[in-house]
Amino acid sequence: MALSHKTELPTLVLRDQGYCLTGHWTTHHIQALQRVGLPRLKGGTIDWYSEIQSLDTNGAVFLLKLIKNNGSVWPKGLSTAHERLLNYVDQYAIEVPAKAPELNMLADIGYRATQTLGHGRELLEFFGRLSALLFSLLLNPRQLKIKMLLDVVQRDGLHAVPIIALLAFLLGAVIAYQGGLQLATYGANIFIVELVSLTMLRELAPLICAIIVAGRSGSSYAAQLATMQMNQEVLALRSLGQDPFAWLILPKLLGLMLVMPLLTLLSMFAGIAGGMVVASLQLGLSPLEFLQRFGTEVGVIHVWVGLIKAPVFALLIVNVGCMQGLLAKGGAEAVGHSTTRSVVQGIFLVIIADALFSVLFAQLGW
Amino acid sequence: MTVVNLKDICTRFGTHEVHRDLSLTVEKGERLALVGGSGCGKSVLLSEIALLRQPDAGDIELFGLSLQSLNQSGMAHLRKQIGMMFQQGALFSSLTVLENIILPLREHQRLSESHLQELAMLKLKLTGLPDIAAWKYPQELSGGMLKRAAVARALALDPALLLLDEPTAGLDPAGASDFDEMLLELHATLDLTLILVTHDLDSLWRVTSHVAFLGEKRVLAKQPMSVLSENSHPDIQHYFSNTRARRAAIELEN
Repeated sequence: MALSHKTELPTLVLRDQGYCLTGHWTTHHIQALQRVGLPRLKGGTIDWYSEIQSLDTNGAVFLLKLIKNNGSVWPKGLSTAHERLLNYVDQYAIEVPAKAPELNMLADIGYRATQTLGHGRELLEFFGRLSALLFSLLLNPRQLKIKMLLDVVQRDGLHAVPIIALLAFLLGAVIAYQGGLQLATYGANIFIVELVSLTMLRELAPLICAIIVAGRSGSSYAAQLATMQMNQEVLALRSLGQDPFAWLILPKLLGLMLVMPLLTLLSMFAGIAGGMVVASLQLGLSPLEFLQRFGTEVGVIHVWVGLIKAPVFALLIVNVGCMQGLLAKGGAEAVGHSTTRSVVQGIFLVIIADALFSVLFAQLGW
Repeated sequence: MTVVNLKDICTRFGTHEVHRDLSLTVEKGERLALVGGSGCGKSVLLSEIALLRQPDAGDIELFGLSLQSLNQSGMAHLRKQIGMMFQQGALFSSLTVLENIILPLREHQRLSESHLQELAMLKLKLTGLPDIAAWKYPQELSGGMLKRAAVARALALDPALLLLDEPTAGLDPAGASDFDEMLLELHATLDLTLILVTHDLDSLWRVTSHVAFLGEKRVLAKQPMSVLSENSHPDIQHYFSNTRARRAAIELEN
């Protein structure tokens, strides 16, 4: 017997002796059950009998509905197994409990406000613990997990080199190309050097680095910590007398603050190389001329302006990623949420910080 | 009727061989436990029966249908006849318990929401969960309730074959024996065939009609528990001869 061949639909037919129930009253035919299992039949006491071939719990629910809709007299001729199943299902009064009522608007606003405040408090607490840890690290440098730090340097620094170099190169090339079109109309080809150098060194190199690192590493920090939090691994660390911050966050923070300036430097080189290639192809400015003008006209201060931003961006990315991870509660969905938030908030904060730097440097006249 | 028929199953993980020419049959209405030392491939075998993993060689017949003769829709139809309870429950954490149970019903059939909820509520009650569990999220449930909810979801489509991976692991003794009684009651009323992987000796004595002992990459013996515990094979002797096993047996005799 193959189960797939139970094709007889559950039906209710009127015969001479009365109503007759036939067919397979099973989950497989549940849609037909929904149609059959409900009508209120005409006539006083219903006289019916069962020729039901098979019955399961889902079928029994609908059969009981049909019976209760029509005078609660059980059909004759039920097999003992079917009768037992019906009795078994019948003993439970099925009532779907009401959901917890949703909050009204005012309460909802209050709930969200307290939640936001709570988050702010947690952020402060997080910064506080991190600062305290950094301070205690100064007193006792052996706390630092060198191996984990080097691991971060390799995974988030070294392995990011190809993608960052490629994107920075393309960015430099695009700027040179777009700018070159305008400059060529004025015959001011040579200024392409300043255009590419200043935009890359001061703004775009650190920014593109931060964006890629936030997407690559910040998200992975958040996902890692959120999963560890849910598996109680963070609690396990604490129960072993270890500071989870020292194990999980400090190596990431110091490691990323170390490699971020290096990655920024790399993207500066790559971006200017990209500009140089386009300048020689499109504007006929040879690489030698480009480099000569670069040496005389572009001050080293611009490199410092770009490099100063890098560790600050790293700090923001690590903080947001780790905090989102540690705050995650619930299941798989929460991991996804915290990952998304870590990237969005990370990039948001990086750009805000970049704007503040611009104001600061303008004031300083750098 | 034979519900499960495994013929010459071989399973390998890389070079590590777990099953070699393993054969096992399970008749309709049996309550079979798979036992054996850790790492002998009980859970792997269970997931092969559940059509979640393909063996490297050999044939599986479920309900008299050979898997090799089945196409995609045949497989899908067969899967609906099998309910699986995973060791950690594997309930969807973003859905409430009731929504977890409704999910397979909604997927396969077009039913009104109130009917869906009613059918799911029945499953909840069959497994002995309190009403308030319905709108809770899995992470808000205790371990015992989580296991019951997992069984409720496995029963959603009224399967003919219910597979359970370590159903009583991590439950307190009272909770575990309640769980055993629930399984027996479900088996008696719902026309079920049970296959469970377990290390719980109380469950082995109480719930099963047969126990299949896995060792040496095959089924060493498939016998009722009272016969198996007297089996003279050294591995089986070793498994049941320790004091914990004996104590469970003595308690049952008394």
